[in-house]
Amino acid sequence: MSSLARRPWRAHSILPGFGIGLGIAVTALSLIVLIPLAALVIKAASAGPAGFVALALSPRTLLALRLSFGAALIAALVNVIFGVIIAWVLVRYDFPGKKLLDAAIDLPFALPTAVAGIALTAIYAPNGWIGGLLAPWGIKIAYTPLGVVMALIFVSLPFIVRTVQPVLQECEAELEEAAALSGASRLRTIWSVILPPLLPALLTGFILALARAVGEYGSVIFIAGNLPGISEIAPLLIVIRLEQFDYAGAAVVGVLMLAISFTLILSINSLQALVRRRLGYV
Amino acid sequence: MLRSIPRYLVHLLALLAMAFCLAITMGAARAQTTLLNVSYDPTRELYRDINREFISDWKARTGQTLTIRQSHGGSGSQARSVIDGLNADIVTLALSADIDAIAERTKKLPDQWQKRLPQNSSPYTSTIIFLVRKGNPKGVRDWDDLVKPGIQVITPNPKTSGGARWNYLAAWAFADKLFNKDETKVRDFVGRLLNNVPILDTGARASTNTFTKRGIGDVLLSWENEAFLALKEAGGDQFEILVPSLSILAEPPVALIDANVDTNKTRSAAQAYLEFLYTPKAQAIIAKNFYRPRDAQHVDPKDLVRFPKIELVNIDDAFGGWSKVQQAHFADGGIFDQIYKPGR
Repeated sequence: MSSLARRPWRAHSILPGFGIGLGIAVTALSLIVLIPLAALVIKAASAGPAGFVALALSPRTLLALRLSFGAALIAALVNVIFGVIIAWVLVRYDFPGKKLLDAAIDLPFALPTAVAGIALTAIYAPNGWIGGLLAPWGIKIAYTPLGVVMALIFVSLPFIVRTVQPVLQECEAELEEAAALSGASRLRTIWSVILPPLLPALLTGFILALARAVGEYGSVIFIAGNLPGISEIAPLLIVIRLEQFDYAGAAVVGVLMLAISFTLILSINSLQALVRRRLGYV
Repeated sequence: MLRSIPRYLVHLLALLAMAFCLAITMGAARAQTTLLNVSYDPTRELYRDINREFISDWKARTGQTLTIRQSHGGSGSQARSVIDGLNADIVTLALSADIDAIAERTKKLPDQWQKRLPQNSSPYTSTIIFLVRKGNPKGVRDWDDLVKPGIQVITPNPKTSGGARWNYLAAWAFADKLFNKDETKVRDFVGRLLNNVPILDTGARASTNTFTKRGIGDVLLSWENEAFLALKEAGGDQFEILVPSLSILAEPPVALIDANVDTNKTRSAAQAYLEFLYTPKAQAIIAKNFYRPRDAQHVDPKDLVRFPKIELVNIDDAFGGWSKVQQAHFADGGIFDQIYKPGR
């Protein structure tokens, strides 16, 4: 019968509350995320197609975007390595001061980013504690793109640790012991036993860290040096446009950042889905 | 008895009572006049002193207790807040271009606002001078030393900082005189100066900190008042002020926002506040805070001796006014964008 062949527009669920749940979700999402973003796109559209393209493809915009996304990628990758090690140490070992260390991980969340920026600059500037040690070797951190990366590493560290930690807690240490007993080398144990179940959580953490780092302004502004084309991040370009009362131009850079971020997040999400299927999760 | 009244009615009544109380408190707060002065970055100390004096002055004259709220930030972003709807009664910004922008975009004050008060609506002036490290190790004497290779100059970004625009124009005015208005050479001069800038902070205060606290750079281009403040804070044995042969006459203007004072019913107080800035009492406070007074008659001579005589060029005579400067130099693709190309 034809009525059987026709699919209902949504599958019936035995769980109640789908209608109201979806309603609330869509309303909340619209008010908080979608409507402001739509306003941003509309504002950017007021620059006109020619203006949009000219601004989007200007060398200064491209260099700023490259720095913002490049530094955020590097910072997120660095945090993948150190985040996993920190999570590992916190989950698998007991040592005095562990609670304190665990709490310290979240500090970058709690600190106003401007404070973080000023503190990092004070330390990495040529007359600071660490900057002073590196200066004789000709290594500069503050006021270079390297400084931008340092600030982004700082603000995005908690994401990786906090996403990986609970998954690691669920993994049984017995598995690792079994692998060792079966004669696997330590490296092999890490590679084939410990890492695979962590991968989905790690990717989630990576996305969060990346997204956080791309949008970071407060801390970077103090340590970057802000030279156009060298150490000028895309969010600063937005602020500069606003200071010139060029709202449309600011929105254009905003929309560009949004588009790139969205593409990145979407592709990492699909990568994550792939990984989950490979590993036999649903 | 209460039981007979429906529950929602009780709630409604309670809510109404609360709203009533709130309205009364707010009304009381409003009856006592409040002024909001939206100002730029380095004037915190100045207006704190001015406000204290004006509040007692106003009380003596009218019996009214006045509350003055202050807001400080980069001049451009403060102007933007007012454009976006910040309910400022008074704006006291770093340059007239920013108040022009408010007038042009909101129509909340007339285009000719600057003619309403004496001396271009600027109750005080300032200028741009150099701050160097003690003993002047690089031997800097004037603007032409700043373009030499190996000299590091600290200035904020003219796109975000009003002070930085004055810095830039002062350098331009010097080169204009040096090369007899040969614009190719002037552009080259200012371009080379900008290429000696290793860090471009967003505001004047940030640049001062980069120079004094981070120890970066040989010369800080600074507001005169900001340089004196930095000297005072550092204790005077780390830096010294250097006066170039020529600089620019900075006239930070003040204005009341007509549409706002009319809705807030604060016009008389706002007008009196602005006029107060020109009185001998206020002029003395201005000089004490390292700004150059318009009327030095009643100023403590001790506060006056620190202002050296410099040849000062006027923005209207040398550049044809702010709206022209803003368009030619600092607009997108303007001269600043053309001559400033770091990393290339």
